[in-house]
Amino acid sequence: MRKYKTMENRIFDTIVWLLLILVTLACLLPLMHIVALSFSSKNAAVSGKVSFWPVEFTWASYKYLLEDSRYFKAFFVSVERVILGGGLNLIMMVTMAYPLSLEKEEFPARNRYMWFVIFCMLFGGSIVPWYFVIKSTGLMDTIWALVVPSAVPVYNVILLMNFFRNEPKAIKESAKIDGVNAWQMLIKICVPLAKPALASVMLFSIVGHWNNFFDGLLLINSPDKVPLQTYIQSLVVKLSDASNLSSSELVQVMSQRTFNSAKIVASTIPILIIYPFMQKYFVTGITLGSVKE
Amino acid sequence: MKKKSKKKVTLKNTWPFHLMMLPGVLILLIYTVIPFLGNVIAFQDFKPIMGFTKSKWVGLENFIYMFKLPDTFKIFRNTLVIAVGKMVFNLVMSVFFAILLNEVTQKHAKKLVQTVCFLPHFLSWVVLAMVFRNLLDGSGIINSALMSLGIIKEPIVFLGSNSWFQGLMIGTDVWKEFGYGAIIFIAALTGINTELYEAAAIDGASRLQRIWHVTLPGIAVTVVLVATLNIANVLNAGFDQIYNLYSPIVYETGDIIDTYVYRMSFQNAQYSLATAVGLMKSLVSFILIVVSNFCANKFANYRIF
Repeated sequence: MRKYKTMENRIFDTIVWLLLILVTLACLLPLMHIVALSFSSKNAAVSGKVSFWPVEFTWASYKYLLEDSRYFKAFFVSVERVILGGGLNLIMMVTMAYPLSLEKEEFPARNRYMWFVIFCMLFGGSIVPWYFVIKSTGLMDTIWALVVPSAVPVYNVILLMNFFRNEPKAIKESAKIDGVNAWQMLIKICVPLAKPALASVMLFSIVGHWNNFFDGLLLINSPDKVPLQTYIQSLVVKLSDASNLSSSELVQVMSQRTFNSAKIVASTIPILIIYPFMQKYFVTGITLGSVKE
Repeated sequence: MKKKSKKKVTLKNTWPFHLMMLPGVLILLIYTVIPFLGNVIAFQDFKPIMGFTKSKWVGLENFIYMFKLPDTFKIFRNTLVIAVGKMVFNLVMSVFFAILLNEVTQKHAKKLVQTVCFLPHFLSWVVLAMVFRNLLDGSGIINSALMSLGIIKEPIVFLGSNSWFQGLMIGTDVWKEFGYGAIIFIAALTGINTELYEAAAIDGASRLQRIWHVTLPGIAVTVVLVATLNIANVLNAGFDQIYNLYSPIVYETGDIIDTYVYRMSFQNAQYSLATAVGLMKSLVSFILIVVSNFCANKFANYRIF
């Protein structure tokens, strides 16, 4: 298509690039502002001099953050949650998707289970009964409240089931003739074949657990068991009351800005670490769940 | 065809499958099905000490009360405005972005733009709420920029203003999601036969004409499909975003069904009323899901299972 280097083409390409640069900057600048704030001095932040680059560069906020034990507690609660929750999600997805992917001849109850799963996907429970069920099963204020009720990602189970169904039948047939049992079939054949699909749904499950603040808000009362996002959210609430504060208090809130910015930036580091891996897989994940030929 | 050995299928050789299903089914039963059945508290005067079984039955009283409340109309209206606004602008922006990217041939530059624009999708609203509060509050960078340019004299409290709030919710959501939403269109665009572009160029079509006559028809089906599937979300205005950005000053325009249900349940302890509102929402949503999936199946042969 690049054969015709005409004037029209050049102008057109320039406009396209200008628009794309504009869009990209629009995405980037708000995030750069926060990063810039976290590396700026308090005075610069309070006087509103910081835009998209640190003013009076300093590590002070991050040094201060390293001494904040509350933050680290919350950070590790979130790490624990991702490991437990991601692990549970993986086990549940695989063990449910495989029997559901079988033909009716192999597993006659398959259709009944399928209807059950579809029912659960369409009709989620209301929040009040959901809360009281969690309370009465004794999970309240434990890490398990954050991972057990959401252990079965129903939609992903169905995605994975579709993926298992599209795996080459010949391999499974020959394995069966070799006398492979159901568990070996799942672990040695189906799962390895589904690696790209599994990687993509798992990355989404990890991000989902890391980013969730609501479960922690509702189900955790002890300050030392609160996950990171819920902890950061509690800081936001304090900020929002800023309109009722006297001017000296306001300056104090404002000077918290650099510190809070550092907290936010540090909380996204795990996401930024797995982001390159995600890029490889999220296209698979999306096309899995959408238009099929 | 291979001859299938007709072994009889009994519990004896299917028990491993039942065992595999068991843990997941149990969890779904306890944490999805029981809470679903727990919707009965919408027809009760629910008291936590009495539980689902012993609370007093009141029939449709909660629903009648709900329809009398002025809040009910307000939250349904806000939900609709915000959710539909997000859908429309997200779709337009995503398609626009995908088409722009499609016009670019430099691979590395394209990749860089994509990397930056997909990123906000993976950040939580808790984090982004902090980001936008910093940008938008009275002493934030946007106000200082506008004031130093002389456009405004007094700072605008954007997030505390009923005339700005809905627009800001739609705008910030589009900011977060348009890049990610474009992926499906980018995928559809790679499926367009390049010969079509070459033929159009030989026929003397300009770049814009090629976009209009080749690119757009090439993704039309996908656009219709996404729009149809979106119908299911007409009542999902985004709890995380609103909850982290609103305040009592903007309840008039910013309070949506989900935030209202949350406050009624866990701050006002009006459990039955909150569940009645939530149940209304679920009912409408369920109908919308069925309708949208039916339409998607008709138009685009789409099936999830």
